[in-house]
Amino acid sequence: MGEKRGVLGLVLASAGAAALMAALGMVFLYAPREATMGDVQRIFYFHVASAWVGFFAFCVTFLAGIGYLVRGERRWDILALSSVEIGLTFITMTVITGALWARPVWGVYWTWEPRLTISAVQLLVYVAYQMLRASVESPERRARFAAVYGIVAFATVPLSWFAIRWWRTIHPDILTGGEGMAFTPRMSHTLVVSLLAFTLLYATLLRQRIRLERSSDALALLRARQPTN
Amino acid sequence: MAAGLTTVMIQVRDLTKAFGPRTALAGVDLAVEARELVALVGPNGAGKTTLLRILATLTRPTSGEVRIAGLDPARAGEAVRRRIGFLSHRTLLYEDLTAEQNLRFYARMYDLTDEAARVRELLERVGLTERWHDLVRTFSRGMQQRLALARAVLHRPRVLLLDEPYTGLDVEAAQALTGLLDESAGEGCTTLLTTHDLERGLALGGRIVVLSRGHVVYDRPQEETDPATFHETYLELVN
Amino acid sequence: MSFLGKVWAIVVKDLAAELHTREMVSAMLVFSVLSLLIFSFALDLRGAMARAAAPGVLWATVAFAGTLGLSRSLTRERQTGCIDGLLLAPVDRSAIFFGKALGNLIFMAVVEIVLLPLFSALFDASLLRPGMLLVTALGMVGYATVGTLLASIAVNTRAREVMLPVLLLPLAIPLLIAAVQATSGLVEGASLGEVGGGLRLLVVYDLVVVAVSLLTFGYVVEE
Repeated sequence: MGEKRGVLGLVLASAGAAALMAALGMVFLYAPREATMGDVQRIFYFHVASAWVGFFAFCVTFLAGIGYLVRGERRWDILALSSVEIGLTFITMTVITGALWARPVWGVYWTWEPRLTISAVQLLVYVAYQMLRASVESPERRARFAAVYGIVAFATVPLSWFAIRWWRTIHPDILTGGEGMAFTPRMSHTLVVSLLAFTLLYATLLRQRIRLERSSDALALLRARQPTN
Repeated sequence: MAAGLTTVMIQVRDLTKAFGPRTALAGVDLAVEARELVALVGPNGAGKTTLLRILATLTRPTSGEVRIAGLDPARAGEAVRRRIGFLSHRTLLYEDLTAEQNLRFYARMYDLTDEAARVRELLERVGLTERWHDLVRTFSRGMQQRLALARAVLHRPRVLLLDEPYTGLDVEAAQALTGLLDESAGEGCTTLLTTHDLERGLALGGRIVVLSRGHVVYDRPQEETDPATFHETYLELVN
Repeated sequence: MSFLGKVWAIVVKDLAAELHTREMVSAMLVFSVLSLLIFSFALDLRGAMARAAAPGVLWATVAFAGTLGLSRSLTRERQTGCIDGLLLAPVDRSAIFFGKALGNLIFMAVVEIVLLPLFSALFDASLLRPGMLLVTALGMVGYATVGTLLASIAVNTRAREVMLPVLLLPLAIPLLIAAVQATSGLVEGASLGEVGGGLRLLVVYDLVVVAVSLLTFGYVVEE
């Protein structure tokens, strides 16, 4: 049983590593130099890939939250908290890569254009989720509250997306309005590989985080059973 | 033993409750028949409050069976709640409302048809008629507990669950409580109360159950318990 | 007593408690006025700028003042264990939720009734339009609903009331955007039809949060 698990982990990590290397290669060597933005545009692949993982991780937390409320089993909570931690990292990368991209292209580090804004909103929600977890002592309550918050928060994120886009169609951002990228097939290939690579990376990290939490639980259980402490 | 399930008002079978790695109740069996009074004693952390909260439908058990008046709280929650009265060391009263407003509110929550009359009757019983129009915030602790008592029995529950009810009570309030317990027993109520005060538990004259580290370690009627030696027995059981 | 009867009994209870103390509403009002002053000074709002900023300042103020009221309302239930009192009674958990949310909505509405004329006067922006009633109502329904749910969670954390703005504000962004845009449109003389986009967003938001809150409130209060 342990062996089977070990094999899965190895396969996942290897596949992830291979995909990442392929993605890196493609981003720098295969993908063309973009017409208007130049080489800076290459960050786009990582930006979009981490944004995708950021959203996907949140989706997983949402479903894990429902799972926990319905089943009441700790493993759903472990999935939720692990996914949030990793998602938070990726969404932070999204915001940072977004800013790094914005500066050379638009001249400012930040602008309230829809995609950047929605990443910032997601970041805030993730942080709020973590702060909530940190502020509840009872593990059972923590799991329950976090599950509820994850569900409500996820329900409002698409609404935020539509609201922000609608807002920006009424008041277009002078800087970014009218921006576009010349999209070639090579770029699509690179993007797909990048998405795949980041998703595998997420899966690998998630698995590790889950195992870490399970070990932590086992330790706590052993400690609790000690007759004298 | 009980002739039919309906004469056993509180039935608990192999009840467990775990809070993460910590186990509060580790397989509790208890049966309380109609009109019985059971004093649940035990040291702090033994699981008394947890057990009572599960019976009061405020907490769900991890595993095991619970039946109140033959009903399963998980399935017939509302029906169970109509039949139980709960008192803890927290008053469960709204401090920014008057005594009368508090009782009338709960009367509405319990669908009482004789709301006004019942509220008046209980205020009289606990000796708070003169203060009916005052905010609970202005009451002394003893008065608040008396009002809390009134709230607990407002809807004429068949089962009374009291968690450390004598803690912090002044003489008047303690008397009112004991009086109420006697009256309720007379009216056919089943009572389960917890206390860490052995003398009090023995003085109440019902059955004694000792809970320690989530297990029932002693369960005998009052008659079979010798007050003189019980203290020693208790210390042995919990250590 | 019917479901609605119990909901109303809970609302009445909250109104009665507030009438005795008047703490919550007065705190919300004072805070709102101070907020208005601070925004005016900090952004040096005059003339056309003031008119343009009015909708934003209004809704930002409502959002922050709202968290005060929400926290207070749910803390009241927690103090002497009253929420247990409610849970012990044969009351549907959704009735408890509706009762609390409706009560919070009424308190926010009271504050808003005072704020709108005040804002109109100070910002020289006619906020007292018929369409405003609808926008305000939709905005507050959404905010009070999700706010009540999150406040129930927040008051049970170590950080208590401080946690509420952290939890609530990111989730209120769609509501605030829609409300501010709709208010802006109305202030500039648009008809209700013309601010339909914002209204639609508000309605969808309200429906989503009411549904989700109803489904999850039980899990928040029951152990």
